[in-house]
Amino acid sequence: MKKLVKGNIALCEGAIAAGLKSYFGYPITPQNEIPAYLSKKMIELKRVFVQAESELAAANMVLGAAVTGVRAMTSSSSPGISLKQEAISYMAGMELPALIVNVQRGGPGLGNISGSQGDYFQSVKGGGHGDYKLIVLAPNCVQEMYEMAYDSFDLAEKYRIPVMILTDGIIGQMMEPVDFNRPEREKLLIPNWALDGCKNRPPRSLKSLLMKDGDLEKHNFALQEKYKTISQNEVKYETFEISDADIIICAFGIAARISKSAVCLARKNGIKVGLFRPLTLFPFPSKEISELSQRFKNFLSVELNHGQMVEDVRLAVNGKANVEFLGKAGGGIVTELEILDKLKNFL
Amino acid sequence: MKNEIIIAGSCGQGVLLAGVIITQTAIEQNLHTTWFPSYGAEVRGGTANSTTIISNEEIGSPIASNPDVLVVLNELSLNKFMPTAKEDAVIIANSSLISSNIQCNPKTYFVALNDIADLEIKNIKSANMVAIGALLKILEKKHQDKTCVLTLENAFKACRKIFSQKSNLIESNRKALQAGYNFIV
Amino acid sequence: MNKILSKPESLKDVSLSYCPGCGHGIIHRLIAECVDELHLREKTIAVAPVGCAVFAYDYFNFDVTEAPHGRPPAVATGIKRTNPDKFVFTYQGDGDIAAIGMSETIHAANRGENITVIFVNNANYGMTGGQMAPTTLIGQITQTTPFGRDPKRDGYPIKLCELLATLDGTTYLERVSVFNPQNIIKAKKAIKKAFQCQIDEKGFSLIEVISQCPVDWSMSPLEAIRWVEEVFIKSFPLGVIKDKIDEK
Repeated sequence: MKKLVKGNIALCEGAIAAGLKSYFGYPITPQNEIPAYLSKKMIELKRVFVQAESELAAANMVLGAAVTGVRAMTSSSSPGISLKQEAISYMAGMELPALIVNVQRGGPGLGNISGSQGDYFQSVKGGGHGDYKLIVLAPNCVQEMYEMAYDSFDLAEKYRIPVMILTDGIIGQMMEPVDFNRPEREKLLIPNWALDGCKNRPPRSLKSLLMKDGDLEKHNFALQEKYKTISQNEVKYETFEISDADIIICAFGIAARISKSAVCLARKNGIKVGLFRPLTLFPFPSKEISELSQRFKNFLSVELNHGQMVEDVRLAVNGKANVEFLGKAGGGIVTELEILDKLKNFL
Repeated sequence: MKNEIIIAGSCGQGVLLAGVIITQTAIEQNLHTTWFPSYGAEVRGGTANSTTIISNEEIGSPIASNPDVLVVLNELSLNKFMPTAKEDAVIIANSSLISSNIQCNPKTYFVALNDIADLEIKNIKSANMVAIGALLKILEKKHQDKTCVLTLENAFKACRKIFSQKSNLIESNRKALQAGYNFIV
Repeated sequence: MNKILSKPESLKDVSLSYCPGCGHGIIHRLIAECVDELHLREKTIAVAPVGCAVFAYDYFNFDVTEAPHGRPPAVATGIKRTNPDKFVFTYQGDGDIAAIGMSETIHAANRGENITVIFVNNANYGMTGGQMAPTTLIGQITQTTPFGRDPKRDGYPIKLCELLATLDGTTYLERVSVFNPQNIIKAKKAIKKAFQCQIDEKGFSLIEVISQCPVDWSMSPLEAIRWVEEVFIKSFPLGVIKDKIDEK
């Protein structure tokens, strides 16, 4: 039988099952269940848990664990993720696999502790300094918190890239029945780039500093090629009721769940609406949205912010269809009824 | 069938736990369900609430802006959530702490949860479970489609699961559920 | 003919990019000799700083990672906690360790992380052209203290070893120098003892090496050495600041 757990706990279980070796964290609401749970679980499993002195330190501890080729993660919420950007940029430059979890809360600044999607730009457009991308996954239920945490490490290692799970206070805090259906990963191999002591091999170094003429330029080209490959191979999305839709709602995470209810409600009210939900925010399903915009003429981006993903929807649609936006930030939750009103006025 | 249940009260009244028990009961019956709490600084301020949604279809938003079931354990919560409840919502108000003269939706059930808990269970802290017991009976009476009705038996099962680490609490919580259930006739 | 002296195996056969008269080269060699003598090379993972020693991975002949400015103690924590069987040390300058990275330093020390920190104190930010460091002496002229460090404006030089000595988490703290052969020998002994401290799982050790920076001090190498002896180590007295190895 499925087990009733919070999103934050399901995420921990997914990471543990995937072979998480080291966790480093710092308290901030609404992600506190993660360090609290792992402080017990990881020690019982004889793995590593450290409560760091700061978000910066936690992220840099992840960097340290990651250079040795093990599965490492940290988690935080929006203000804390801003502080982690230094290490995230370094890890992107050093091409280190790791998992960073952002259980988003309201911003800017200290904001509040309500669920929010205000960190979309920060997550998919870089976040720290330099020209880099993370793979960004957007779960919309507790089951996906578990599954995406589990899958994130394979993705991170496949491409040597930090993966971010971009979730929010609602999904982190809510409980749902979860099927813990993934096999426990054991005997993970240490990759051939990791620092594990130079026994029987030449010494290795991991760095993002490339001062020699042209080296950094080459490195950046290589990174961009990698991001292109990721964009070709790893886009994930789901659609709901789009075949005959007059309007397609684009939404991710918790906003997509609310939107799905709104689609059902709208259809009961005679409005033909469908839902397009990106599961990966980077790579963004631009090609798929672009193709849809050949056939469908109305798009509505629904977000818990004041219009972030809608920019990527517009870029993908590229003028071929009408794109509108509905959103709220700072703890306001868009309701099914508000979406319905917007849809009514749309046509 | 879909119920959007908000359980609210002051901190320490066990409203989050009450929500978890209801949610687990729904799982025991293979229904779709979600539970969403107030959390963090919000619950340090003195009031707490949780939303449980139960449905035989997939659930979208876990947040209920217009609940059809409201269980309020103190007056502050009644005042906060009453205006959001649907017109025909089922409301259980804890009359041990809420004056029954208060202007309420006609369907309000005033139940002296604290008194029942104190007198019958000898534990005022089990008022939350008395409330759940009462709620189960009310919903049982209300719903036509009996396949979706949460049963007391499954609530007992949920209790055993939720308190599996603290088995000494199972019996008193079971009794409290029964007492609440019996109170509604 | 017998070879009586050779480059340590733990140093790569490359020339170092440090300025003439700089102390880093000596300190690198002392570390490399200690790593060799303790047979640690194949299990070493070192953490290079941001600062003059940022290219340390090009000179040391073992595994080395980069770390953001000031974060080596956090990075080393991540490495060592995950791999307690590896030998982990950080190599850091004064700005890295005691300004931007002070928090990481104090907390790694306070947790008693079983790592070794080699702290090179040359009283200024060398890499960026000689700005005031947390260890710049009172009255010392730097790029950003053109009138000399004034405590009213710039505060006082931080004595990191003494500061860390107050923490129960620290095991072995010593301040050494490399301005003459006697002191170089003492410095090597201290580094080796600190490395042994980690091997024996006794916890956090830090060796502060007072080093000369002739170019940024606008001195000749000889003047710099003299300034270390006559001025610098008067403010930063050499010696063992804390030794709890036998108690841990």
